[in-house]
Amino acid sequence: MDKKRVKQIFKSGIWDDNPVFRQVIGICSSLAVTNLLMSSLIMGLALTFVTAFSELTISIIRKFTPKHIRMVVQVLIISAFVIIVDIFLKAYYPEMSKALGPYVGLIITNCIIMGRCEAFAQSNPPISSFLDGIASGLGYTMVLLMIAFIRELMGFGSIFGIQLLGNWWTRWTIMVMPPSAFFIMGVIFWWARSKTEKKEEKKEGGKVTA
Amino acid sequence: MIEISPWVIFFASIFTNNMIFSNFLGMCSFISVSNEIPTSLGLGQAVTFVLTFTTMLNYLIYHYILVPLGLEYLRFIIFIITIAAFVQLIEMLVERYFTNLYYTLGIFLPLITVNCVILAVSLFMVIRNYTFLQSVGFAIGSGIGWTLAIAAMAGAKQRIKNNKLPKGLEGAGITLIITGLMALAFVGFSGIVQIQ
Repeated sequence: MDKKRVKQIFKSGIWDDNPVFRQVIGICSSLAVTNLLMSSLIMGLALTFVTAFSELTISIIRKFTPKHIRMVVQVLIISAFVIIVDIFLKAYYPEMSKALGPYVGLIITNCIIMGRCEAFAQSNPPISSFLDGIASGLGYTMVLLMIAFIRELMGFGSIFGIQLLGNWWTRWTIMVMPPSAFFIMGVIFWWARSKTEKKEEKKEGGKVTA
Repeated sequence: MIEISPWVIFFASIFTNNMIFSNFLGMCSFISVSNEIPTSLGLGQAVTFVLTFTTMLNYLIYHYILVPLGLEYLRFIIFIITIAAFVQLIEMLVERYFTNLYYTLGIFLPLITVNCVILAVSLFMVIRNYTFLQSVGFAIGSGIGWTLAIAAMAGAKQRIKNNKLPKGLEGAGITLIITGLMALAFVGFSGIVQIQ
Protein backbone atom coordinates (compact mmCIF):
# COMPACT_ATOMS: atom_id res chain seq x y z
CA MET A 1 0.00 0.00 0.00
CA ASP A 2 1.47 3.32 -0.98
CA LYS A 3 1.78 6.47 1.04
CA LYS A 4 -0.73 8.34 -1.03
CA ARG A 5 -3.52 5.95 -0.09
CA VAL A 6 -2.66 6.21 3.61
CA LYS A 7 -2.69 9.98 3.39
CA GLN A 8 -5.98 9.95 1.59
CA ILE A 9 -7.60 7.67 4.19
CA PHE A 10 -6.47 9.88 7.03
CA LYS A 11 -7.48 13.08 5.31
CA SER A 12 -10.97 11.83 4.58
CA GLY A 13 -11.43 10.31 8.04
CA ILE A 14 -10.32 13.37 9.93
CA TRP A 15 -11.67 16.20 7.86
CA ASP A 16 -13.27 15.59 4.45
CA ASP A 17 -15.52 12.79 5.64
CA ASN A 18 -15.39 13.43 9.34
CA PRO A 19 -18.01 11.10 10.82
CA VAL A 20 -19.46 13.82 13.00
CA PHE A 21 -19.49 16.88 10.74
CA ARG A 22 -20.13 15.37 7.37
CA GLN A 23 -22.18 12.32 8.19
CA VAL A 24 -23.86 13.47 11.43
CA ILE A 25 -23.47 10.10 13.09
CA GLY A 26 -22.08 8.99 16.39
CA ILE A 27 -22.84 12.00 18.52
CA CYS A 28 -25.11 9.94 20.69
CA SER A 29 -23.64 8.39 23.78
CA SER A 30 -20.58 10.59 24.03
CA LEU A 31 -21.45 14.25 24.41
CA ALA A 32 -22.05 13.47 28.05
CA VAL A 33 -18.36 12.93 28.74
CA THR A 34 -17.26 16.23 27.19
CA ASN A 35 -17.28 18.30 30.36
CA LEU A 36 -13.69 17.25 31.11
CA LEU A 37 -10.86 16.98 28.60
CA MET A 38 -9.39 13.88 30.18
CA SER A 39 -12.55 11.81 29.99
CA SER A 40 -13.16 12.92 26.40
CA LEU A 41 -9.66 11.86 25.47
CA ILE A 42 -10.09 8.43 27.04
CA MET A 43 -13.49 8.04 25.41
CA GLY A 44 -12.07 9.04 22.02
CA LEU A 45 -9.15 6.65 22.32
CA ALA A 46 -11.43 3.83 23.42
CA LEU A 47 -13.63 4.44 20.41
CA THR A 48 -10.63 4.60 18.07
CA PHE A 49 -9.39 1.28 19.42
CA VAL A 50 -12.75 -0.41 19.02
CA THR A 51 -13.36 1.00 15.54
CA ALA A 52 -9.91 0.09 14.25
CA PHE A 53 -9.90 -3.47 15.55
CA SER A 54 -13.52 -4.22 14.62
CA GLU A 55 -12.86 -2.98 11.10
CA LEU A 56 -9.73 -5.12 10.94
CA THR A 57 -11.56 -8.25 12.11
CA ILE A 58 -14.56 -7.69 9.90
CA SER A 59 -12.36 -7.04 6.90
CA ILE A 60 -10.44 -10.28 7.52
CA ILE A 61 -13.57 -12.41 7.75
CA ARG A 62 -15.58 -10.49 5.15
CA LYS A 63 -15.20 -13.19 2.52
CA PHE A 64 -16.59 -16.00 4.70
CA THR A 65 -19.45 -14.12 6.36
CA PRO A 66 -22.85 -14.87 4.84
CA LYS A 67 -24.47 -11.62 3.71
CA HIS A 68 -27.70 -11.85 5.68
CA ILE A 69 -26.16 -12.40 9.10
CA ARG A 70 -23.36 -9.88 8.74
CA MET A 71 -25.05 -7.28 10.97
CA VAL A 72 -25.27 -9.70 13.87
CA VAL A 73 -21.66 -10.72 13.36
CA GLN A 74 -20.58 -7.08 13.35
CA VAL A 75 -22.45 -6.30 16.54
CA LEU A 76 -20.91 -9.30 18.28
CA ILE A 77 -17.39 -8.37 17.20
CA ILE A 78 -17.87 -4.78 18.31
CA SER A 79 -19.24 -5.89 21.69
CA ALA A 80 -16.28 -8.19 22.21
CA PHE A 81 -13.85 -5.30 21.73
CA VAL A 82 -15.91 -3.02 23.95
CA ILE A 83 -15.75 -5.64 26.69
CA ILE A 84 -11.95 -5.64 26.36
CA VAL A 85 -11.88 -1.85 26.73
CA ASP A 86 -14.22 -2.00 29.71
CA ILE A 87 -12.18 -4.63 31.54
CA PHE A 88 -8.94 -2.78 30.75
CA LEU A 89 -10.29 0.51 32.14
CA LYS A 90 -11.65 -1.21 35.25
CA ALA A 91 -8.29 -2.80 35.92
CA TYR A 92 -5.93 0.11 35.26
CA TYR A 93 -8.04 3.28 35.58
CA PRO A 94 -10.82 2.41 38.01
CA GLU A 95 -11.67 6.07 38.64
CA MET A 96 -11.97 6.85 34.95
CA SER A 97 -14.09 3.77 34.49
CA LYS A 98 -16.44 5.00 37.20
CA ALA A 99 -16.60 8.50 35.72
CA LEU A 100 -17.44 7.19 32.26
CA GLY A 101 -20.05 4.86 33.75
CA PRO A 102 -22.38 3.33 31.18
CA TYR A 103 -20.90 5.34 28.34
CA VAL A 104 -18.15 2.80 27.74
CA GLY A 105 -20.75 0.14 27.09
CA LEU A 106 -22.61 2.52 24.85
CA ILE A 107 -19.71 2.53 22.41
CA ILE A 108 -21.43 -0.57 21.00
CA THR A 109 -24.36 1.47 19.78
CA ASN A 110 -22.19 4.28 18.47
CA CYS A 111 -23.21 4.49 14.86
CA ILE A 112 -19.69 5.41 13.68
CA ILE A 113 -18.40 1.90 14.19
CA MET A 114 -21.27 0.12 12.45
CA GLY A 115 -21.26 2.76 9.75
CA ARG A 116 -17.57 2.38 8.96
CA CYS A 117 -17.78 -1.42 9.11
CA GLU A 118 -20.61 -1.41 6.61
CA ALA A 119 -19.25 1.30 4.36
CA PHE A 120 -15.54 0.55 4.39
CA ALA A 121 -14.47 -2.74 5.97
CA GLN A 122 -16.96 -4.81 3.95
CA SER A 123 -15.24 -3.91 0.70
CA ASN A 124 -11.60 -3.15 1.56
CA PRO A 125 -8.51 -5.15 2.54
CA PRO A 126 -7.63 -5.50 6.25
CA ILE A 127 -4.79 -3.00 6.54
CA SER A 128 -6.55 -0.08 4.93
CA SER A 129 -9.66 -0.91 6.97
CA PHE A 130 -7.59 -0.78 10.13
CA LEU A 131 -6.17 2.61 9.13
CA ASP A 132 -9.62 3.85 8.22
CA GLY A 133 -10.81 2.89 11.69
CA ILE A 134 -7.98 4.86 13.27
CA ALA A 135 -8.68 7.85 11.05
CA SER A 136 -12.41 7.99 11.78
CA GLY A 137 -11.73 7.45 15.46
CA LEU A 138 -9.27 10.34 15.48
CA GLY A 139 -11.69 12.56 13.59
CA TYR A 140 -14.26 11.83 16.26
CA THR A 141 -11.78 12.34 19.11
CA MET A 142 -10.88 15.71 17.62
CA VAL A 143 -14.49 16.90 17.77
CA LEU A 144 -14.88 15.64 21.35
CA LEU A 145 -11.69 17.42 22.40
CA MET A 146 -12.80 20.67 20.77
CA ILE A 147 -16.04 20.66 22.75
CA ALA A 148 -14.35 19.54 25.95
CA PHE A 149 -11.67 22.23 25.63
CA ILE A 150 -14.26 25.02 25.61
CA ARG A 151 -16.37 23.45 28.33
CA GLU A 152 -13.53 22.70 30.71
CA LEU A 153 -11.78 26.02 30.19
CA MET A 154 -14.91 28.06 30.79
CA GLY A 155 -16.57 25.80 33.33
CA PHE A 156 -13.61 24.98 35.55
CA GLY A 157 -10.89 27.37 34.32
CA SER A 158 -8.57 24.45 33.73
CA ILE A 159 -7.16 22.27 30.96
CA PHE A 160 -6.60 18.54 31.59
CA GLY A 161 -7.16 19.30 35.26
CA ILE A 162 -4.39 21.92 35.45
CA GLN A 163 -5.68 25.24 36.71
CA LEU A 164 -4.93 27.88 34.08
CA LEU A 165 -7.24 30.74 34.83
CA GLY A 166 -6.84 32.19 38.30
CA ASN A 167 -9.33 33.38 40.83
CA TRP A 168 -10.38 36.35 38.71
CA TRP A 169 -12.14 33.99 36.36
CA THR A 170 -15.82 33.62 37.11
CA ARG A 171 -16.70 30.02 36.38
CA TRP A 172 -19.53 29.55 33.96
CA THR A 173 -21.75 27.01 35.66
CA ILE A 174 -23.74 26.60 32.46
CA MET A 175 -20.67 25.15 30.76
CA VAL A 176 -20.66 22.23 33.18
CA MET A 177 -24.33 21.54 32.55
CA PRO A 178 -25.64 19.54 29.58
CA PRO A 179 -27.21 22.38 27.49
CA SER A 180 -23.83 23.94 26.76
CA ALA A 181 -22.67 20.80 24.95
CA PHE A 182 -25.55 21.17 22.52
CA PHE A 183 -24.80 24.84 21.90
CA ILE A 184 -21.09 24.32 21.36
CA MET A 185 -21.72 21.32 19.15
CA GLY A 186 -24.17 23.34 17.06
CA VAL A 187 -21.74 26.21 16.64
CA ILE A 188 -18.87 23.87 15.76
CA PHE A 189 -21.12 22.27 13.17
CA TRP A 190 -21.89 25.67 11.74
CA TRP A 191 -18.23 26.56 11.52
CA ALA A 192 -17.21 23.25 9.93
CA ARG A 193 -20.05 23.32 7.43
CA SER A 194 -19.38 26.85 6.25
CA LYS A 195 -15.71 26.05 5.93
CA THR A 196 -16.22 22.99 3.76
CA GLU A 197 -18.82 24.79 1.70
CA LYS A 198 -16.40 27.58 0.86
CA LYS A 199 -13.87 25.00 -0.24
CA GLU A 200 -16.40 23.35 -2.53
CA GLU A 201 -17.28 26.70 -4.05
CA LYS A 202 -13.64 27.36 -4.77
CA LYS A 203 -13.31 23.97 -6.43
CA GLU A 204 -16.12 24.87 -8.77
CA GLY A 205 -14.05 27.74 -10.05
CA GLY A 206 -15.26 30.45 -7.73
CA LYS A 207 -18.85 30.10 -8.84
CA VAL A 208 -20.96 32.44 -6.79
CA THR A 209 -24.08 30.89 -5.37
CA ALA A 210 -27.03 33.11 -4.74
CA MET B 1 -28.46 2.40 47.70
CA ILE B 2 -31.36 4.31 49.26
CA GLU B 3 -34.81 3.03 48.47
CA ILE B 4 -36.46 5.39 46.03
CA SER B 5 -40.05 4.89 45.07
CA PRO B 6 -40.49 3.71 41.47
CA TRP B 7 -42.86 6.66 40.94
CA VAL B 8 -40.14 9.13 41.82
CA ILE B 9 -37.81 7.44 39.37
CA PHE B 10 -40.55 7.49 36.77
CA PHE B 11 -41.08 11.24 37.00
CA ALA B 12 -37.41 12.00 37.43
CA SER B 13 -36.53 10.17 34.25
CA ILE B 14 -39.10 12.21 32.34
CA PHE B 15 -38.18 15.64 33.64
CA THR B 16 -34.94 15.95 35.55
CA ASN B 17 -32.96 13.09 34.06
CA ASN B 18 -34.40 13.18 30.58
CA MET B 19 -32.48 10.81 28.34
CA ILE B 20 -31.84 13.39 25.65
CA PHE B 21 -31.52 16.62 27.58
CA SER B 22 -29.31 15.44 30.38
CA ASN B 23 -27.76 12.22 29.13
CA PHE B 24 -27.42 12.90 25.39
CA LEU B 25 -28.75 9.49 24.50
CA GLY B 26 -30.60 8.53 21.35
CA MET B 27 -29.33 11.59 19.50
CA CYS B 28 -28.95 9.90 16.11
CA SER B 29 -32.59 9.15 15.53
CA PHE B 30 -33.51 12.29 17.44
CA ILE B 31 -31.79 14.40 14.80
CA SER B 32 -32.76 12.46 11.72
CA VAL B 33 -36.35 11.37 12.43
CA SER B 34 -37.69 14.53 14.03
CA ASN B 35 -39.17 16.16 10.94
CA GLU B 36 -42.86 15.50 11.45
CA ILE B 37 -44.86 15.17 14.64
CA PRO B 38 -46.82 11.97 13.73
CA THR B 39 -43.68 10.13 12.66
CA SER B 40 -41.77 11.10 15.74
CA LEU B 41 -44.69 10.14 17.99
CA GLY B 42 -44.75 6.75 16.29
CA LEU B 43 -41.08 6.24 16.86
CA GLY B 44 -41.46 7.39 20.45
CA GLN B 45 -44.18 4.84 21.10
CA ALA B 46 -42.14 2.06 19.57
CA VAL B 47 -39.12 3.04 21.65
CA THR B 48 -41.13 3.16 24.88
CA PHE B 49 -42.65 -0.23 24.18
CA VAL B 50 -39.38 -1.97 23.34
CA LEU B 51 -37.60 -0.18 26.16
CA THR B 52 -40.03 -1.40 28.81
CA PHE B 53 -39.94 -5.03 27.79
CA THR B 54 -36.23 -5.32 27.07
CA THR B 55 -35.41 -3.73 30.41
CA MET B 56 -37.57 -6.29 32.20
CA LEU B 57 -35.99 -9.14 30.25
CA ASN B 58 -32.49 -7.82 30.84
CA TYR B 59 -33.17 -7.39 34.54
CA LEU B 60 -34.26 -11.00 34.86
CA ILE B 61 -31.40 -12.30 32.74
CA TYR B 62 -28.80 -10.26 34.59
CA HIS B 63 -29.92 -11.06 38.12
CA TYR B 64 -30.99 -14.66 37.67
CA ILE B 65 -28.53 -15.94 35.08
CA LEU B 66 -25.43 -13.76 34.78
CA VAL B 67 -24.86 -12.91 38.45
CA PRO B 68 -25.17 -16.48 39.79
CA LEU B 69 -22.78 -17.68 37.11
CA GLY B 70 -20.32 -14.83 37.71
CA LEU B 71 -20.51 -13.69 34.10
CA GLU B 72 -21.29 -10.02 34.70
CA TYR B 73 -18.63 -8.88 32.27
CA LEU B 74 -20.56 -10.48 29.43
CA ARG B 75 -23.50 -8.16 30.01
CA PHE B 76 -22.83 -5.92 27.01
CA ILE B 77 -23.10 -8.80 24.58
CA ILE B 78 -26.04 -10.42 26.33
CA PHE B 79 -28.02 -7.17 26.55
CA ILE B 80 -27.51 -6.30 22.91
CA ILE B 81 -28.48 -9.81 21.84
CA THR B 82 -31.64 -9.66 23.96
CA ILE B 83 -32.57 -6.33 22.43
CA ALA B 84 -31.91 -7.44 18.87
CA ALA B 85 -33.77 -10.71 19.35
CA PHE B 86 -36.74 -9.01 21.00
CA VAL B 87 -37.02 -6.43 18.25
CA GLN B 88 -36.86 -9.13 15.61
CA LEU B 89 -39.53 -11.17 17.36
CA ILE B 90 -41.85 -8.21 17.75
CA GLU B 91 -41.38 -7.28 14.14
CA MET B 92 -42.40 -10.77 13.01
CA LEU B 93 -45.39 -10.89 15.37
CA VAL B 94 -46.64 -7.47 14.37
CA GLU B 95 -46.24 -8.21 10.69
CA ARG B 96 -48.15 -11.46 11.03
CA TYR B 97 -51.02 -10.44 13.29
CA PHE B 98 -51.41 -6.66 13.25
CA THR B 99 -50.91 -5.56 9.68
CA ASN B 100 -52.21 -2.03 10.28
CA LEU B 101 -49.90 -1.49 13.19
CA TYR B 102 -47.05 -2.82 11.10
CA TYR B 103 -47.34 0.00 8.64
CA THR B 104 -47.29 2.66 11.33
CA LEU B 105 -44.81 1.17 13.81
CA GLY B 106 -43.07 -1.54 11.83
CA ILE B 107 -40.82 0.74 9.84
CA PHE B 108 -39.25 2.02 13.05
CA LEU B 109 -38.45 -1.32 14.58
CA PRO B 110 -35.13 -1.97 12.79
CA LEU B 111 -34.01 1.54 13.77
CA ILE B 112 -34.56 0.75 17.41
CA THR B 113 -31.92 -1.94 17.79
CA VAL B 114 -29.19 0.63 17.42
CA ASN B 115 -30.93 3.30 19.46
CA CYS B 116 -28.61 4.06 22.36
CA VAL B 117 -31.46 4.71 24.79
CA ILE B 118 -32.47 1.06 24.90
CA LEU B 119 -29.05 -0.25 25.82
CA ALA B 120 -28.37 2.71 28.10
CA VAL B 121 -31.40 2.06 30.29
CA SER B 122 -30.29 -1.53 30.83
CA LEU B 123 -26.78 -0.40 31.69
CA PHE B 124 -27.93 2.35 34.05
CA MET B 125 -30.19 -0.17 35.76
CA VAL B 126 -27.18 -2.38 36.49
CA ILE B 127 -24.92 0.46 37.60
CA ARG B 128 -27.52 2.04 39.89
CA ASN B 129 -28.60 -1.30 41.41
CA TYR B 130 -32.29 -0.79 40.74
CA THR B 131 -34.87 -3.28 41.94
CA PHE B 132 -37.31 -4.76 39.45
CA LEU B 133 -40.05 -2.19 40.01
CA GLN B 134 -37.59 0.68 39.98
CA SER B 135 -36.22 -0.55 36.66
CA VAL B 136 -39.69 -0.72 35.18
CA GLY B 137 -40.47 2.82 36.35
CA PHE B 138 -37.17 4.02 34.98
CA ALA B 139 -37.72 2.34 31.62
CA ILE B 140 -41.25 3.65 31.09
CA GLY B 141 -40.25 7.13 32.26
CA SER B 142 -37.23 7.24 30.00
CA GLY B 143 -39.34 6.15 27.05
CA ILE B 144 -41.97 8.80 27.69
CA GLY B 145 -39.31 11.45 28.28
CA TRP B 146 -37.66 10.56 24.99
CA THR B 147 -41.00 10.69 23.15
CA LEU B 148 -41.72 14.07 24.69
CA ALA B 149 -38.37 15.41 23.55
CA ILE B 150 -38.59 14.13 20.00
CA ALA B 151 -42.19 15.31 19.57
CA ALA B 152 -41.31 18.78 20.87
CA MET B 153 -38.35 18.89 18.53
CA ALA B 154 -40.52 17.91 15.56
CA GLY B 155 -42.94 20.70 16.45
CA ALA B 156 -40.17 23.27 16.62
CA LYS B 157 -38.71 22.08 13.34
CA GLN B 158 -42.03 22.30 11.54
CA ARG B 159 -42.36 25.85 12.72
CA ILE B 160 -39.02 26.99 11.33
CA LYS B 161 -39.24 24.94 8.14
CA ASN B 162 -39.72 27.92 5.84
CA ASN B 163 -37.50 30.37 7.66
CA LYS B 164 -34.20 31.43 6.21
CA LEU B 165 -31.09 30.21 8.03
CA PRO B 166 -27.38 30.72 7.49
CA LYS B 167 -26.27 28.04 5.06
CA GLY B 168 -23.96 26.16 7.39
CA LEU B 169 -26.49 26.06 10.19
CA GLU B 170 -29.16 24.17 8.26
CA GLY B 171 -30.02 20.64 9.32
CA ALA B 172 -28.06 19.27 12.24
CA GLY B 173 -26.63 22.61 13.39
CA ILE B 174 -29.94 24.28 14.11
CA THR B 175 -31.36 21.07 15.57
CA LEU B 176 -28.57 20.99 18.12
CA ILE B 177 -29.05 24.62 19.06
CA ILE B 178 -32.80 24.17 19.53
CA THR B 179 -32.08 21.08 21.62
CA GLY B 180 -29.75 23.20 23.72
CA LEU B 181 -32.52 25.73 24.35
CA MET B 182 -34.95 22.98 25.31
CA ALA B 183 -32.37 21.40 27.57
CA LEU B 184 -31.94 24.76 29.24
CA ALA B 185 -35.66 24.79 29.97
CA PHE B 186 -35.46 21.29 31.39
CA VAL B 187 -32.63 22.35 33.70
CA GLY B 188 -35.37 24.31 35.46
CA PHE B 189 -36.88 21.04 36.66
CA SER B 190 -33.66 19.83 38.17
CA GLY B 191 -34.42 21.12 41.67
CA ILE B 192 -37.45 18.86 42.09
CA VAL B 193 -35.89 15.43 42.42
CA GLN B 194 -32.50 13.97 41.69
CA ILE B 195 -31.75 10.38 40.97
CA GLN B 196 -28.33 9.02 40.58
